[in-house]
Amino acid sequence: MSEHALAVSCRQVRKHFGQGETRIDALRGVDFEARFGELSFLVGPSGCGKTTLISVIAGLLDRTAGDLSVLGTAVDALSSKERVLFRRQNVGFVFQQYNLLPSLTAAENVAVPLLAAEIPRREAVARSRVLLARLGLGARVDSLPSTLSGGQQQRVALARALIHEPRLVVCDEPTAALDHASGGAVMDLLSANAVHPDRAVIVVTHDTRVFRYAHSIARMDDGQIVEVSRPNGGVAAGARGVHSPVKEVFA
Amino acid sequence: MNFVALRMLTGDRAKYFGLVFAIAFCTFLLENQTSIFANILKRTASQILDVTDAEVWVMDPQTEYWEQTKSLKDTDLTRVRGVPGVAWAVRLFKGNPVAKTVKGKFAVCFLVGLDDATLAGAPRRMLMGSWQRLREPDSIVIDKAGYVLLFPGEPLELGRNLEMNDHRVTIVGISDASAPFASLPVMHARYSEAVNFLGRERTELSFIIARAGNGVTPRELTARIAAGTALRARTTDEFMWDCIRYYLKNTGIPVNFGITIAVALVVGTVVAGQTFYLFTVENLKQFGALKAMGVPNLRLVGMILLQASSVAALGFALGTGMAATFFEITLNKLATRGIVLMWQCVALTGICILFVVTVASLLSIRRVLVLEPAEVFRG
Repeated sequence: MSEHALAVSCRQVRKHFGQGETRIDALRGVDFEARFGELSFLVGPSGCGKTTLISVIAGLLDRTAGDLSVLGTAVDALSSKERVLFRRQNVGFVFQQYNLLPSLTAAENVAVPLLAAEIPRREAVARSRVLLARLGLGARVDSLPSTLSGGQQQRVALARALIHEPRLVVCDEPTAALDHASGGAVMDLLSANAVHPDRAVIVVTHDTRVFRYAHSIARMDDGQIVEVSRPNGGVAAGARGVHSPVKEVFA
Repeated sequence: MNFVALRMLTGDRAKYFGLVFAIAFCTFLLENQTSIFANILKRTASQILDVTDAEVWVMDPQTEYWEQTKSLKDTDLTRVRGVPGVAWAVRLFKGNPVAKTVKGKFAVCFLVGLDDATLAGAPRRMLMGSWQRLREPDSIVIDKAGYVLLFPGEPLELGRNLEMNDHRVTIVGISDASAPFASLPVMHARYSEAVNFLGRERTELSFIIARAGNGVTPRELTARIAAGTALRARTTDEFMWDCIRYYLKNTGIPVNFGITIAVALVVGTVVAGQTFYLFTVENLKQFGALKAMGVPNLRLVGMILLQASSVAALGFALGTGMAATFFEITLNKLATRGIVLMWQCVALTGICILFVVTVASLLSIRRVLVLEPAEVFRG
């Protein structure tokens, strides 16, 4: 797989909610691409359609119009059963609020995607422990989420998103609930562990502090991509700068 | 994922125990009230069921239940004996004399007069003495509860005397008679003496009890007796239900218990159902995350059903255990003796709990099925 091959391709994707007077056009003809081996950032003000876009890309919402290809598959054309299977096999999620199951230990939380794939619990948890150790949480594998810090919880969520080796990872504001140090640590781990030649990572964020990790930044506004920049290949490629136009969006 | 479902269920101990105990108390209330109700109604026929010798009861055509008797003629006994299929038929007297102790303590009693020759209908469960001693002159068998009522705080003892209608009678046996509907002492005596203990009337024959001969069922025999004598004939079982129906129809018992049971049913089930539903609603975010991660709807439905069934099973078992303990404690108390947890009430309660949990599960499942997985992105 070429590092620059397209993992996600959106062409004039539209999505609206409601009908008539209550109709809301969340996506108004979005053109967006995410490449394998890259961290693709989606940025923009609240309500601009970022979350709707990643929901459509991840197969959680149907688009209203336009062309959408995810990992070479027209997700919209899949039956709901096939789409569930597609998500289970190919997509990893990192949520802003972590969404860890509070009654499961860190290792068990990480094992959930494997359990969903019918992998035996013992094997699933063992694999989770290894991954958590790789992410620096080897000592906390048996801890409940409530005993972990925000940064640690987000690392567990990151491990859960990666455990089944998905080809697409979708992160929704992964650092929004974290302080600067924790957010940086999570992004370091995301950059180091999620970026893979056969995987695309899409990060929705408001957090300008982490823009330096991006390989590409797509700025959304009012349901459309208004600007795409490729700052410098992201931290993974050795660059640390932030492209000024994106900075201006949040200025 | 079953493991995940159970851990979700038990993760929040307070909610989990609240849910289990809501179902447990609902179960306890329903089983307790329905069993007491059924047992009290059964008490209306206690003295009928205690006469284990009889298969068929013959009475005046207007008699509706045990307490209501109109004396038959002695010739009616002869006529019943003449009905084909009757193996034997003997007379039975029922009256309510006043028994008085030497110390002056007195009580109205149920007095059952048994056929002098056969003693058919005598109490078979004896705690002291023997029912065969009823053949002795001026003898009676009294039930334990009656003894304790007339001789409070005194040990069970044979040979004690009572006065009944100016007759001095001797206690020759203490029986374990089933508790009557009214908490009165139950006494047995020979027919010829029992009528004297009450005070003579022109006729005293309350009932004729009979048994069917070989090849004749009690039900067939009742039909033959009714046709042959114009008297009312009922099998023991039919007579029991006659009594129960009479009390259901003519007393406030079913209304009182009905209200209690209805309140227990509504409050218990609403609390249990609502608690489970709210449990699911509070976990919607977690279900949404699982849905987003590719857990199919069918699996989520299975998880909810597993949660519901395990909490229902545990709550039901706990509630049934509580009810069984309650009845075990009260079983041997005089006022509540014989009142047991009936399996029919357990089954009925089980059906109610199953219904509630099913409804709550369906509502919960609906919430999860209509949940858009994209909701998880909304903080």
